[in-house]
Amino acid sequence: MTNDKFALFLGCVAPLRYPGIEKATREMFKALGYNLKEMPGAGCCPAPGVIRSFDQATWLALAARNLAIAEKEGCDILTICNGCYGSLFDANHILHEDPAMLAKVNEILKGIGMHYSGKVQVRHFADVMFNDIGIEKLQQKITNPLNMNVAAHYGCHFVRPSKIKHLDDPERPHILDELIGWTGAKSVPYAEKNMCCGAGGGVRSRDGKFALSFTETKLKNMKAAKADYIIDVCPFCHLQFDRGQKDLPGYNLPVIHLAQLYGMAMGLPRASLGLEAHEIKVNL
Amino acid sequence: MSNAKIPDPAFAQSIIDAGGKTLDLCYQCGTCTGSCPSGRTTAFRTRQLIRKAQLGLKDDILPSDELWMCTTCYSCVERCPRDVDIVDIIILMRNMAVQKGYMAEDHKKVGASLLKTGHTVPSSDKMKALRTSMGLPADPPTTISDAKAMADFHKIMEKTGFVKLIGGQ
Ligand code: SF4
Ligand code: SF4
Repeated sequence: MTNDKFALFLGCVAPLRYPGIEKATREMFKALGYNLKEMPGAGCCPAPGVIRSFDQATWLALAARNLAIAEKEGCDILTICNGCYGSLFDANHILHEDPAMLAKVNEILKGIGMHYSGKVQVRHFADVMFNDIGIEKLQQKITNPLNMNVAAHYGCHFVRPSKIKHLDDPERPHILDELIGWTGAKSVPYAEKNMCCGAGGGVRSRDGKFALSFTETKLKNMKAAKADYIIDVCPFCHLQFDRGQKDLPGYNLPVIHLAQLYGMAMGLPRASLGLEAHEIKVNL
Repeated sequence: MSNAKIPDPAFAQSIIDAGGKTLDLCYQCGTCTGSCPSGRTTAFRTRQLIRKAQLGLKDDILPSDELWMCTTCYSCVERCPRDVDIVDIIILMRNMAVQKGYMAEDHKKVGASLLKTGHTVPSSDKMKALRTSMGLPADPPTTISDAKAMADFHKIMEKTGFVKLIGGQ
């Protein structure tokens, strides 16, 4: 029996920069018995760092439109990006807590013939893998156990702010490390693991050099811990690490999204992982 | 003469009214600054920014670069002993800065991209070819390939004043 619970929210960076993340997610969830629905006509989440910083009312209304699309499909939302998760989760939270705001947003949505009543749940795919699917079902699908040392990068908006997300310990999260371990790969401890990649908050687009200073600190710590790969759960962190290393001589750590990692472990054809789009070549 | 240091209580109140209700709770312990990756290698001080906001040092804050140095990583929010919504407050002040016309050119470009395709990044022929080779549609099933959806998306941005705000079409 297939599970029709989720609609896949694509966002911007995955489908338009690293389509392997989209493809690997679709294939992995299919193999696990999920029939991921589409969200026809969805747009940007919109991005929490840039668009929300410019105008919160616009951010909220556009997020509500995305939520309304999923509601119409009768689905919860599955996100594959910390930014999309951050925006849609936060917006949904605001609309739940504040009926006046929900009414205001619905006034705007009325102009395009849409309505949001607040029924949708917004989930991060790694949360669903860990909490809904679980170790047993995931390990059953692993035909190609991995043997590699990796640095897990949680990013900022997966478990934080914990007071509304309640997913994991914000100072010592473990979900991603466990998910990595289930594939056979080893998540090595490294200094300042919870630190941001530098891209968020509109910093990458406004001051790329400053953003890179974060990235370099992280890479230095990952390298010192002898990690051979970076595993992320966010296409934007993914982009920051992957493209950032072009401008940081001395680093050459391939960057792999968790969906791609599971794709490898589940024996998906290499072509389904879209590794050609990566700047730092993944020779696996 | 610069009036950058003149406190304006109405500004602090406007942050509170816009949703930054926890601004007053800050007792200046500095835990946020100590947690902040942006402040490590720069002069950016989260505690100081919050203090300036409490005092209403509007002309100091709104045109500043420091307002845009926060990556919204939430490290400070996790540790603040007073539960100050630091990131929300920074975002509210950014909104106010943008209203006053303080917006980086590169940020305007991101806004313009949203107006055009509903996405923050464009596609390319190379991307379409890669998608197709993987068995995905050349364009994702989003605003980028759906004229009606894009028109709806744009209508919302007109209605909220975003189109005007970023000087776009
Ligand atoms: S951690 Fe909280 S209370 Fe302490 S200075 Fe920062 S905002 Fe104020
Ligand atoms: S959310 Fe912003 S101010 Fe707070 S620690 Fe992160 S970068 Fe610093």
